[in-house]
Amino acid sequence: MTIILKTEGLNKVYRRGGLVGGRSVQALRDVDITVEGDRPVVIAVVGESGSGKTTLAKTLLRLEAPSSGRAVVYDTVVAGPGATPSRRAFLGLVQPIFQNPFEAFSRYRPVDAYLHETARRVAGMSGDEAEAAVAEALRSVGLDPAEIRGKYTAQFSGGELQRISVARALIPHPKLIVADEPVSMIDASRRMIIINLFKKLRDEAGRSFLYITHDLATAYYISDHVAVMHRGQVVEFGPARAVMSDPQHAYTRLLLDSIPTTRSRWRPRRTAAAG
Amino acid sequence: MIRLCDLKISYRIGSRVINAVDGVTLTIPDGSIVGIAGESGCGKSTLMKAIYGDIQAPMHLSGGTIEYGLKGADGRPVTPATIRREWFKSISYVPQSSMNSLNPVIRIRDQFIDFPGTDSNKKRVLERARDYIGRLGLPPEALDSYPHQLSGGMRQRVMIGLATFFQPELIIADEPTTALDVVVQKEILMLLMDLQEQMGNTILVVSHDMGVHYQVTHKMLIMYAGRVVEFGDTESVFADPQHAYTRMLIDSLPTIGDDSMRGAVASAAGAGGDRAYRVEAELIEVKPGHFVARPAARDGAPA
Repeated sequence: MTIILKTEGLNKVYRRGGLVGGRSVQALRDVDITVEGDRPVVIAVVGESGSGKTTLAKTLLRLEAPSSGRAVVYDTVVAGPGATPSRRAFLGLVQPIFQNPFEAFSRYRPVDAYLHETARRVAGMSGDEAEAAVAEALRSVGLDPAEIRGKYTAQFSGGELQRISVARALIPHPKLIVADEPVSMIDASRRMIIINLFKKLRDEAGRSFLYITHDLATAYYISDHVAVMHRGQVVEFGPARAVMSDPQHAYTRLLLDSIPTTRSRWRPRRTAAAG
Repeated sequence: MIRLCDLKISYRIGSRVINAVDGVTLTIPDGSIVGIAGESGCGKSTLMKAIYGDIQAPMHLSGGTIEYGLKGADGRPVTPATIRREWFKSISYVPQSSMNSLNPVIRIRDQFIDFPGTDSNKKRVLERARDYIGRLGLPPEALDSYPHQLSGGMRQRVMIGLATFFQPELIIADEPTTALDVVVQKEILMLLMDLQEQMGNTILVVSHDMGVHYQVTHKMLIMYAGRVVEFGDTESVFADPQHAYTRMLIDSLPTIGDDSMRGAVASAAGAGGDRAYRVEAELIEVKPGHFVARPAARDGAPA
C-alpha cells in the first residue's frame, strides 16, 4: 500500500516580536495523520480560523519549514529531516490551489502565461508540448482553451479563474493537490462546480486532494477522510462519514451544531410580526 | 414599512449603462428580518446601497421611488434626498467585510463617541456604551482597545454594537458573517436575532448562504439579474419554492447526513449554476404574501 499522506509529530512554532520579550505561537502541535491506500482520496481538513489548517498546508507545500517532525506524500518525504526531492521533482508531486484566484494571478499578465510557465519550467516540456498540455488541462476542467488565451484576470469570474487555477495545478500531473479554501471566494451557487471537479479528477484522473475548508457540508460531501483541527491540534481524524455522523470530540460536535442548515432551526422563527 | 416602486438603479461608465437594479417593486413590512439572496452581480448590494441612500456616481437612481415610512426631525416624511440625515439614527448599515471597516487608529470607545448627533456629554455616552457592549457579550476592556487587538468575531460584535446603539428602525447588514467561521457566525446571528426581537425593528440581511437565511429571516427576497425572482415568508419560500432559480439556490449546497448528495445526484445541482434564467419585472401573488416573477414567454428554465 502506498502512503498517500503521513505526518509524524509535526510541530510549527511562529515567533513574534524581538529576541527579548517575543511571543511564540504554536500553530501546529504534534500533528499525526496517516492515510494509506491504493486509490486516490480526498482528505478534508476543517476547523476555525487560526486552527492551523493553513500552516499545515504551507508545511506540505514547503512554504514553511516545520519546527519538528516530518511529512510524507506518496512515499516521498517532503518536509522535515530527510526531505530530499528537488524543487522541480517536488512540484511534480504536490501542487497548490489558493483561496483567492484574483490574488494568485497577476492582473497585468494573461492567465495562460502561468499555465505555459508551469508546463515548461515544472513539467520540463518544449513549446509545442506545453501548448498541448495547457489545452488539455483547460479542457479537463471544462474550459475552452481558445476562450482563455491572452485574457487577464479581470475578464473572468471567480469560479472560472479558480477552474483555471485547477488546470494549472494539473499540468505537471501531481499526485496530490493541496487546495486551501478553494471555494470560499466563490458564489455559493457555483461552489459545487469546483467541488464536483475535484471529485471527477479523483475518480477519473487519479489525483488526491487535501481540501482545506471551514465548510463542513462540502467536506462531508466530497471527502474520504476528515481531520478536525483546533488550536493547532488534530482533535479528530477518521473516515468522513464516521466523523461527521458520529462525532466523538466535543469540538467536532460544536462545529457541526453551528452549521446553519435548512432542516432544523436553532430557535423557532415566527412569521413576520405586524405587517 | 418600506415601499419600493419600479426602482431602477444604473451604473454609467462612459457611454455604457448597466441596470444593476431593473424595476423592483416591493413592500417590506416593519418589524421583520428580511433576507436577500442571489448570486454575485444580481444587484443585491446595489439595492441595499440605494435603500441606505448612498447613491454616488457612477451609480444613479434612474427611475422609480423609495418610500421609507419614516418621519425626519422636521416631521416630514424621509425621502431618498433626506435619508442621509437619518444615518446612524433611524437607519444604519453594516457593510461587507465590516470588521475591517473600523478606523484602525482610533480606540473603540472613541468610535462610539464620534457619532454625528450623539449626546454631547461624552462621559454619559461612554457609560451607556460600556453597558451596551457588555450586553453584546464583549468584555468591558474591549471599549478601550484598538481594532487590531480584537479578534474578527469581536470586531464584528463591535460593528453590530455601533449599528444598533441608537436603536435604528432599519438596519442593513451586507454579508454580516461571511468572513467568520461557523461557531462565531452562529453567535453573531443569534445576537442579531436577539437584538431584533428586543427592538422590534427591520433588518435587511444580504447573504449567499441559504442556511443563514433559513435560520435568521422572517421573509426572503430572491434576486436575479437586477430583478425580484421571488418574495415571501421564509417558511413558504423554503417549503414551496415557486421559481426554478430559487429551487436551484436552495438545492445547490450539500447537507451533512444527506447521502443522496454524495452520489451522482449532486452534479446536477452544481451544473444548475451555469443555467441562465429570464426573469420578468412583474410579480404574481401565488399564495397570500408569496410572490413570484411572472414566467417569461420563452423561459429557458422549467418554471
